[in-house]
Amino acid sequence: MNQQEAMFKYCLRLGDNALIRSYRLSEWCSNAPILEEDLALTNFALDMIGRAQALLGYAGQIEGKGRTDDDLAYRRGERSFYNVLLTELPNQDFAYTMARELYLSAFEYFYYSGLAGSKDATLAAIAAKTLKEIKYHLSHATDWVLRLGDGTAESHAKMQTAVDDLWPYASELFESDAVDAAMISAIGAPDPAALKDSWMKHVSAILKEATLDVPTTMYTHTGGRNGIHSENLGHILAEMQFLPHAYPDAKW
Amino acid sequence: MHVHSKDDIFRMLSVIPDPEIPVVNIYEMGMLRDVVLDDTGYEVILTPTYTGCPAMGMIEADILATLAHNGVKGARVKMVMDPAWTTDWMSGVAKDKLRTYGIAPPLHSSCNNDVFGHNIIKCPRCQSDDTVMLSRFGATACKALYQCNDCKEPFEYFKCH
Repeated sequence: MNQQEAMFKYCLRLGDNALIRSYRLSEWCSNAPILEEDLALTNFALDMIGRAQALLGYAGQIEGKGRTDDDLAYRRGERSFYNVLLTELPNQDFAYTMARELYLSAFEYFYYSGLAGSKDATLAAIAAKTLKEIKYHLSHATDWVLRLGDGTAESHAKMQTAVDDLWPYASELFESDAVDAAMISAIGAPDPAALKDSWMKHVSAILKEATLDVPTTMYTHTGGRNGIHSENLGHILAEMQFLPHAYPDAKW
Repeated sequence: MHVHSKDDIFRMLSVIPDPEIPVVNIYEMGMLRDVVLDDTGYEVILTPTYTGCPAMGMIEADILATLAHNGVKGARVKMVMDPAWTTDWMSGVAKDKLRTYGIAPPLHSSCNNDVFGHNIIKCPRCQSDDTVMLSRFGATACKALYQCNDCKEPFEYFKCH
């Protein structure tokens, strides 16, 4: 793996996380518990699409084979997607979605703060821009986890189940491999492994304030960052990529 | 070699409205950042308000159509994210227009440190300070929904960003 290949995969990982999460957030459109949440979650989905566009577009430039952001989103197979598993899991109930959003947004808050100071001007610009939006995402998820955790007996139980079930998927965020190492040395990208303590401290404090137990399991679900996915991603892509597959050169 | 000056181009583009808030134009909103005259023509530098703002495609098309209509040849649009757009770039004139239109303009961006802090958002209709946030999001990512406790009217607030 040379420098260019590492950079390409790195941008795909960041872009795919945004794209697949955007897809899941969009599924709340017209299904959220209240109108305000319909607006909030679809707005976040839009933030993610914008971020995916920027990152996949940049990945295409780095690859240098003329592929656009759309080519990379619509004409890639499951094994060539590098999003973490947490982004592709079904939304289930609102508590699951909020637990996922808390885990991801807290991670991204620390990660993108670091990336904003990297030596790659394009990634630094995307990170600085997206960091403003991540603050909204994190504040939104935090409010809901507090409200549901420290709410009724039923909302507390549902929030605790969601927090517990998704916990083993959060560990994948902190994996650090050869791609990360290459980017750390080349552009001063943050090391995901080094963010685990800050994340743990931040998320644990929120869970405790929400009267929830902080999970202690050490088990980790992993594979997404290397293209090994759960069955969920195939279903997502089958729907998301249907039109370009059926009508390959369709234009608006 | 350039038939039109930078000022000419700015003047032509300053009539293009924000598709979501047609009372303000893209220059007043701070989205139109610069025009570069180079060997191949005119490069218009544009920055998005939010990364996923769906109006950007339309604004880009409006810019190219407006320049073509004015006989400008060799125009293209470049999207830049650095420096990240902030509501600080909105002109005072734009803020007044928003208020008249019924949208409470953003306070200074320093309130961005605390995204939903306890800022007083004045009602754009009756100027009352007694308002309450109904939803962090409105019809677009850049606005929140508020209601005035005095005149009872709901209104949108353009968030600091």
